[in-house]
Amino acid sequence: MTGMQIVFLINAAVTVIAGVMMVTVKRLMHAAMWLILTLFGVAVVFGLLEASFFAIVQVVVYIGAIAILLVFAIMLTRDAVDDSFLQNHRWVLTALIGAVALSGLLLAIFTWPQSALFTAPLADAQRDVGEMGLSLLDPQGYLIPFEVSSILLLAALIGAVHVGISRREEER
Amino acid sequence: MFNIHPLIWLIPLPPLLGFLLIVLFTRRSHRASHSVALAGAGLSFVGSMVVFIKAVTAGGVADSSFAASINWLPTGASWLRIGVLVDPLTAVMLFFVAWTVLMIFIYSIGYHNFGQPIGKQDRPGLPPQGAEITEAGKIHRVPSVEPMYARFFALLSLFAFAMYLLVVSDNLLTLYIGWEIMGFCSYFLIGFWYGKESARKAGIKAFITTRIGDVFMLLGMVALYSVTGTLNFHEIFSNPETMTLLTSTLSPVLGLNWAGLIGLLLFCGTIGKSAQFPLHVWLPDAMEGPTPVSAMIHAATMVSAGVYLSARMFPLMSAGWHHGAPLTVPMMAMALIGGFTALFTSTIALAQNDIKRVLAYSTISQLGYMIAALGIGAFTAAVFHLVTHAFFKALLFLGSGSVIHGMEHGALHTGRHIDAQDMRHMGGLRKKMPVTFWTFLAGGLALSGFPLITAGFWSKDEILSGAFGGGHLALFIVLAVTALLTAFYTARQITLVFLSKPRSDAAAYAHETKPVMTVPLVVLALFAVTFGWVGIPHAFPGLGAISPAWFQSFVGSMLSPGSVSEVHSNIPLVVSILVSLGGLLLGWLVYRGYESALEPDPLQKRFGGVFRLLEHKYWIDELYQKVVINPLLWLADRVIYQFIDLRLIDGFLHGLAAAGVWLGNLLRSKFDLPVVNGAGDNLAGGTRGLGAFLRRLQTGRVQQYLAIAVACTAVAALIILSYLAKAQAGSG
Amino acid sequence: MIPLYWFLVLSAFLFSLGLFAVITRRNTIAILMGIELMLNAANINLLSFWRYLHAPRGDMDGLIFALIVFVVAAAEVAVGLGLIVSAYRRRRTVVANELDLLKG
Repeated sequence: MTGMQIVFLINAAVTVIAGVMMVTVKRLMHAAMWLILTLFGVAVVFGLLEASFFAIVQVVVYIGAIAILLVFAIMLTRDAVDDSFLQNHRWVLTALIGAVALSGLLLAIFTWPQSALFTAPLADAQRDVGEMGLSLLDPQGYLIPFEVSSILLLAALIGAVHVGISRREEER
Repeated sequence: MFNIHPLIWLIPLPPLLGFLLIVLFTRRSHRASHSVALAGAGLSFVGSMVVFIKAVTAGGVADSSFAASINWLPTGASWLRIGVLVDPLTAVMLFFVAWTVLMIFIYSIGYHNFGQPIGKQDRPGLPPQGAEITEAGKIHRVPSVEPMYARFFALLSLFAFAMYLLVVSDNLLTLYIGWEIMGFCSYFLIGFWYGKESARKAGIKAFITTRIGDVFMLLGMVALYSVTGTLNFHEIFSNPETMTLLTSTLSPVLGLNWAGLIGLLLFCGTIGKSAQFPLHVWLPDAMEGPTPVSAMIHAATMVSAGVYLSARMFPLMSAGWHHGAPLTVPMMAMALIGGFTALFTSTIALAQNDIKRVLAYSTISQLGYMIAALGIGAFTAAVFHLVTHAFFKALLFLGSGSVIHGMEHGALHTGRHIDAQDMRHMGGLRKKMPVTFWTFLAGGLALSGFPLITAGFWSKDEILSGAFGGGHLALFIVLAVTALLTAFYTARQITLVFLSKPRSDAAAYAHETKPVMTVPLVVLALFAVTFGWVGIPHAFPGLGAISPAWFQSFVGSMLSPGSVSEVHSNIPLVVSILVSLGGLLLGWLVYRGYESALEPDPLQKRFGGVFRLLEHKYWIDELYQKVVINPLLWLADRVIYQFIDLRLIDGFLHGLAAAGVWLGNLLRSKFDLPVVNGAGDNLAGGTRGLGAFLRRLQTGRVQQYLAIAVACTAVAALIILSYLAKAQAGSG
Repeated sequence: MIPLYWFLVLSAFLFSLGLFAVITRRNTIAILMGIELMLNAANINLLSFWRYLHAPRGDMDGLIFALIVFVVAAAEVAVGLGLIVSAYRRRRTVVANELDLLKG
């Protein structure tokens, strides 16, 4: 068992436990905190995959933007939900569904005959981020997906503003 | 110089655009409608003049014609090409068509009382009845504007388009298209005042009668195309092989060669269109239309088209003929029918009292003249007469329209209703309508061939000398007698209308028409007098020496040398002068003493029976009614309608219908109600029940939906995975 | 070194947790959090497959895919939270089961 494997296992344990806490705690604000921890764990996984750029993006976008946005939303709608109340309904049935899904996925992974073949990544696979940036703007590469996703972002921006804008006649 | 060909293509288009514009946009406005029509006619006029001038100047069409064509319809391996062609014949056609059409357009504005008030009783489909206006406390009756003013100009424009199309076509097919559009417009314009039953009937008569000729013409075209593979004039006439093929191959009919058969069939088209015997009956009735229409159809354009067709196909008609040889079969037919028609209808014209009918019969007679001239090979003389006749006959028709207009004005003034077209009620209009008188006189003298100064003399003299020189003595005598009669009835007409004293109040109060009507008369009168001077033959004593005989050399350049038959001698010249002056003098002498409308005609006193025969046009119409129309109507009514239609076809159809109803009832009770309806009802009920059941699943809770989706996905995935594993185990 | 399937198992766990949250949470914001968790699990999958299968060959499909997932996640959160706040303003609730206008 190498050092990397130990790091992975510890990190995985932390991530999964944080995830479990996130879906079970009663207070929504606490759930958000556990979510942040989970996202950190995922960032570490990215680092272990030698995708350090994505690890940083994970921290900046998910933790820095999305999680904070969620916290704001929780605070804005604070009086709508009583935190002391049970946050999950019919959770036994749902846990069963989750377990079925998990066992299905695990079954799929372990029945995949090649899963044992990829034990170690080949060395010297560290990609230059600059190369990825160039290929994003290369017409022979990924220019069109890049442009489409930028349009999606713009549409989402305008849509969010439109949805979120307060109209006087809608106010009760 | 610029390229002339695109201009030739463009000549027919402005009137067509004018027609569309008037019909679609300007029909509410009188001024806009006639402006559009005039602009269209004017543009075509300018184009025609440019082409004409280019054609007659050096390097023009005398050497080689202007021709251009494009692919039009694919016909199997080859293309049907359409195109334009300007050769000397087309050039002179363009010249007179452009002038007369423009003059008639201008004249129509005045004839339809533009600018006058709208009459109270006027209805579309009836001639305007006049309007009352109050001026200084007195009520005047004045002419009122035509209710369907815009429609008239639209149809006139379409008509002009068709004529131009026909003239510039380089093939029989587009010529035929123009020909038929003209037939259609002619039907509408003759029946323009469709509120009058006589006008309706005249329109139908004209349409059906000309259609008889057109069917034969179409047959001729089909035959020509199947034999030669082309309808293009140039390709047929200038290709010796084609001409040899046409003359040397026998057709399956009557032992004629193909050229003869096709020539006869095409000539049938001319008979219909140019109103030759026995299809002449439609033209006098066509006088029911407004007078500009009479001028347009019966002088300048449509009837000329018939002669134009014959002239155009002259190389085919005369294939294998040369000067001095026996006439070919089509030429013989043309000479016979033309000569007979000329004499026959000029006798009818003697006894007509309607001012326009006299002119109508005179037109038929003069067309017969041209056809006869073509028949004896006097090609240039025929074309020459075609042009001069178009000018002076358009002039005479427009002049008669002016007279009628003046008479109607007088009738409105006196408030007494009389027939404004009956010459017996006129008289003494010389002083009342001086411009109309002098121009009408010019036209009349040209028609009767007054020596030296009028165009009619030169062209008629050409034909007579052609007949004499060609050795066709019988035809020469017939044509000379016709010329005598023509001069006689022209003198009768002028005397009755313009000379002596008014024979009715209306004539006494008639007055000159407006300049918009008289100016076209003056212009046409100029041509009616002077146009003959371009064709003074070299052989004419005295004048011939200084004459360039331009027309003969220009149009004659189309024919190969040796096929022109104009040998001059002084006998026809003397005869021509004698019959013309004699006829005029005789007519004047006989009719100058005619004092009252109640008197019988002077000729009637002398030759009662013959006059009655002539007055009733030899009872040809009645004969057709008895021999052709009544049997056809009987056949249509008794046999076709009552027996075949009612008994056989209707009986069959009724039986079929009854069987259908029986079958339908059977299907309804045995199949429709139990099977189809039952299935439909059950399906609907089942759907409703299912919907009511499924409705409960639609809780509106997204998380339930997702749970169900996940469960289903899981089940599906399990099934697929186990299947894959089994397959793998099986193969491994 | 770390075998590929370790990453896949971790991603399977996170995905199942996210799914559980999405189905069972009453609060729509918590549902959104579950969706974020599922997207992260997918991203782990994408990047690990890229790392083990594609990176040696030198192409970048997995990276670009993951990048687009980031973009979609950001857009989704922005619109989703906007909708939640808007619904809250109109109906004073963020509970999914109470937003059942589509009930048949």
